[in-house]
Amino acid sequence: MKLHKFKQMGMNIVIDVNSGAIHIVDDIVYDVLDYYKYKDLSEILLNLKDKYTEEQIEEAYNEIKQLEEEGLLYTEDPYKNIILNDNGPSYIKAMCLNIAHDCNLKCKYCFASEGDYKGERKLMSPEVGKRAVDFVIENAGPRKNVEIDLFGGEPLMNFNTVKEIVEYARKREKETGKNIRFTITTNATLLNDEKMEFIDENMGNVVLSIDGRKEVNDKIRIRYDGTGTFDDILPKIKAMVEKRKEGKQYYVRGTFTRENLDFYNDVMMLADEGFKEISIEPVVLEDKHPLSLREEDLDTIFEQYDKLAEEIVNREKQGKGFKFYHFNIDVNGGPCVYKRISGCGAGYEYVAVTPDGDIYPCHQFVGNEEFKLGNVFDGISNDELIKTFKNGHIYNKPKCMECWARFYCSGGCQANNYSFNKDIHIPYELGCKMMKKRVECAIAIKAKLMEE
Amino acid sequence: MKHIKTINMGALKNSIAKPGCKECANSCQSACKTSCTVANLECENR
Repeated sequence: MKLHKFKQMGMNIVIDVNSGAIHIVDDIVYDVLDYYKYKDLSEILLNLKDKYTEEQIEEAYNEIKQLEEEGLLYTEDPYKNIILNDNGPSYIKAMCLNIAHDCNLKCKYCFASEGDYKGERKLMSPEVGKRAVDFVIENAGPRKNVEIDLFGGEPLMNFNTVKEIVEYARKREKETGKNIRFTITTNATLLNDEKMEFIDENMGNVVLSIDGRKEVNDKIRIRYDGTGTFDDILPKIKAMVEKRKEGKQYYVRGTFTRENLDFYNDVMMLADEGFKEISIEPVVLEDKHPLSLREEDLDTIFEQYDKLAEEIVNREKQGKGFKFYHFNIDVNGGPCVYKRISGCGAGYEYVAVTPDGDIYPCHQFVGNEEFKLGNVFDGISNDELIKTFKNGHIYNKPKCMECWARFYCSGGCQANNYSFNKDIHIPYELGCKMMKKRVECAIAIKAKLMEE
Repeated sequence: MKHIKTINMGALKNSIAKPGCKECANSCQSACKTSCTVANLECENR
């Protein structure tokens, strides 16, 4: 597919898939594009004669032709050989450290099986954590930026290890010249002054989990005694965010499920609480799970995204804007094509490490023995699997090659592809549909703000 | 042009001139842990 067109917020938007060019067009061009590649001008005139004058149709036709000649419409894909000829080494430079395979909550949708990843409840020792830091530095090769995400379970259940890892990494950073960026993802229940101070000081990004409205959050994000967490975590999340000075990143992050298909209200509740960086993601669960999103929910979900896009534009204009993670697409920048065609990086640039030091392609594969890549003490033992992930890019995903959004999502989530289709090369279709909707909204927001 | 307003001049194609340094973040490292988007990452080599 070379071109994608859609209507949003009263605009007709056309994306030239391969060049990334974006155009706002009038109704005439929008209609002529239905025929442009299949019929000559005389036939198009005949087809559209009841709607527009000959002169209008000809003008529109000529403008399309001009953009095609300028390489801004119907361009070919010039990138395929870049990736097929890339036989160079890959470098593991990002790591998800599962600091705790344990959690003090039992959220109903947890992919990590309430924190233990279907294994033993376990905390990472400082020794394993430090070795993991060395492993990623050794494997990052020429890459200067190294990322470490402190994840779980709940990483703050093992705060001493967190502190030791960070201290060690700072020392190794100086010795090796790397730039190590830490992120921590926490359910916020264990935040106190000491931890908040430490997080603010040392984390490049802090991801704070809350699902939105109290009634939504407390149905899902619950303690072992069944009680909800909202009243406990909201003040702590606010205090954490207040500490983040200008320029320091945070995300208030939640998940929506079948129980809150009206998640627009959850995003707005968080925005009204003053949060400026918000992410509410669709839950990923097998169809039979009562909380799973299904095909029949899509219309409602799309309406919510539409509404959200419009409100984001409104608030931006009023100077009360906020960032919604999945709409943060910089249409004039963003990652270069080399990144976009190589995918998310799981399994060859990014890996996850368990409390025992075992390495998996990403946090979502943890616990699936088939996908074990090695151990931080003994190194990588399954180079073939690394190659499989490196080659798991869009050019080896036939469905992606037919999709206009391939340079935005870059082939989607390998773990979701695997869990739904038992093959990382076959996209998780429901996810694709929502992704495409979000990309349309993101582009429409930018177009609208540029238009006015 | 009278009928078309171009708001992006093919930034994707133009980025081919960049070195492809792969210094940028991995998408799951930020807010997303289940629904990867690559296009919302920031370039480290602007």
